[in-house]
Amino acid sequence: MSAAFDEKIHATLADPKLQLAVYTATGRLIEKRRKAITPDACPDYQELRSHANDVKRHTIEHLDYYLEKFERNVKAHGGQVIYCRDAPEVADFVLSLAKERLARLIVKSKSMTTEEVDLNERLEHHDLESVETDLGEYIIQLAHERPYHIVAPVLHKTREQVADLFTERLGVPRETVIEKQTMIARAVLREKFLAADIGISGANFLVADSGAVVLVENEGNARLTTSAPKIHIAIAGIEKLIPRAQDLAVFLKLLGRSATGQPLTVYTSFLSGPRREDEIDGPEEFYVVLLDNGRTKVLADREKRQSLYCIRCGACLNHCPVYRKIGGHSYPWIYSGPIGAILTPQFLGVTHEPGLPFASSLCGACAEVCPVKIDIPKILLELRSEVKKSEEREGASRLERLAFRVWAWVMRHPRLYEMAGVAAAALGPSADGGGWVCKVPFNVGPLRAWLSQRDLPPSPPKSFRQMWRQR
Amino acid sequence: MSRDHVLHKVRTALSRSVGQSIEEAPPVRLSIPEMDIEQRIAAFCARIEALAGKTHRAASAEDARAYVAGVVAGRSAIASNATVLRDCGITALPGIETGITDADQLRALCATAACGISGADYALADTGTLVLLSSRQEARLISLLPPVYIAVVERQRLLTGLDELLSLLPHPAEQTSSMVLITGPSRTADIEQILVRGVHGPGEIHVVVI
Repeated sequence: MSAAFDEKIHATLADPKLQLAVYTATGRLIEKRRKAITPDACPDYQELRSHANDVKRHTIEHLDYYLEKFERNVKAHGGQVIYCRDAPEVADFVLSLAKERLARLIVKSKSMTTEEVDLNERLEHHDLESVETDLGEYIIQLAHERPYHIVAPVLHKTREQVADLFTERLGVPRETVIEKQTMIARAVLREKFLAADIGISGANFLVADSGAVVLVENEGNARLTTSAPKIHIAIAGIEKLIPRAQDLAVFLKLLGRSATGQPLTVYTSFLSGPRREDEIDGPEEFYVVLLDNGRTKVLADREKRQSLYCIRCGACLNHCPVYRKIGGHSYPWIYSGPIGAILTPQFLGVTHEPGLPFASSLCGACAEVCPVKIDIPKILLELRSEVKKSEEREGASRLERLAFRVWAWVMRHPRLYEMAGVAAAALGPSADGGGWVCKVPFNVGPLRAWLSQRDLPPSPPKSFRQMWRQR
Repeated sequence: MSRDHVLHKVRTALSRSVGQSIEEAPPVRLSIPEMDIEQRIAAFCARIEALAGKTHRAASAEDARAYVAGVVAGRSAIASNATVLRDCGITALPGIETGITDADQLRALCATAACGISGADYALADTGTLVLLSSRQEARLISLLPPVYIAVVERQRLLTGLDELLSLLPHPAEQTSSMVLITGPSRTADIEQILVRGVHGPGEIHVVVI
């Protein structure tokens, strides 16, 4: 475990206010979900999960087919698809489009994928104002933090902290009533929506047979982001695909219930292409950015590729005894909780934070609540074994470095070198019948590896130095 | 080009080749319960009210118009071009802007109007959801920008739920660039999990079933 990971965990554990906030909020979300999936509220909940897992497996196993199908259908409705390998490519695309269209202001609706590529920061470097419009994300942006939770980004902040932040950053009188704080944000953001040149959203689902982007939300900011500006850009990971619009019957029921206990969220938008000729409003341009950024690496592993089934509901975070204690900001990347513990090592490499797959009691709560049945504990175990293997490799090379440092030191001291030579000749090699040395008594580490492929010549009776002196 | 690069990496990861066919997808899973129209209306209204929306069952077009007039109460309002609003005489109420076909004009009106009034293409009984397809009749911003939103739904448009909607409309994209499902007033619980209505969308919703 890295010192930074350890420090963050202990800081969270030592903060009783934060502990209470995280524990209470996740507890409420657990309760909301529980009520929404009772046999009365959702009799076929388990069948829906199994079906969602089947559909996701099928889609991921044939992802190239569905990507191309999606692309064709987006084009058929007048939109464009842009594939991006990584974060800089996403920023480059947005920047070049903004430059061409002389855009200054961008409104954004909540998207973990844009967090993943640090889009706001990359845009700000080029004098583009990019404003988060989900209330939680807006607060996070004002505080220069990253989301604490996939679904509830400011789960860790109290109304007092929000009041201070608004006063400091917006220059408004201190306001601690949550309704009034919300109205302050509404007023500020309303102006942004009406003035924005570009709206950037994520995507909860990409529907292959329709070329559609599906967005679920409660506030209405995603609808405004995708309806008010002249340009809509949706940025999504390539794994977000589902085959058919009709599959939404399964996924929408699971997503709302698992995330916030809602049978359906307040708004579900099904968007395909720019505004059509006979329609009154809507964007004139429609782009979908399909992002790799490490996903194809995950896809290459047959066992672990199920990590890509995730629909970002956050249920595994709420139910994780570890997340509930160490909180979202202890995790090394934007994805926290159990899903973060399996995504981060796969996207950034197991050495990024070797302690991460071990920060779990393997209680299995995450797998039990996952709406698409990702076997998170199993993947954690595999990642643990990968961390161990990488550490062994690292350990072996550490020993080698040490050996060479000792060697260099001995070489710089002629007396020592000579003594070492005498000692080695006396102690070590016992020649076989032919005089060659096949094994040594201190048969360890690199020496063993060396001798497994080669033999040493027998040591001469006298060293070169001895012969030189006796000359 | 990144397109070919990414697709190539996807295929390599899956050991698939260009244009390779696929196995059949798992069957679509839609289940539509038996529910008569009265049950649908009752369930629909109960759900909306549980979400703090208001409902009114109008016995006639005049009844619907009177209810809407009461909600608008002389404030500024913008009505969509839905036939049902014209048929009920709602568009003829004093102070109501309607018949807008220009995007900029519509946006300016929506940004200042107190009430937005629209029809609904469908409604979903089990979740209390309004379904609006963007068209010549329905604009996106009317149900979104004004703080009060009124929807007028004809009873025959009430479906049992999402499954029935998707069986009737298997390909929504063929009809519209935007299909939106509206389930209750705009809300947030981002700060301390305290529920606040009317964040960005309307905080007050009225649904009139004719």
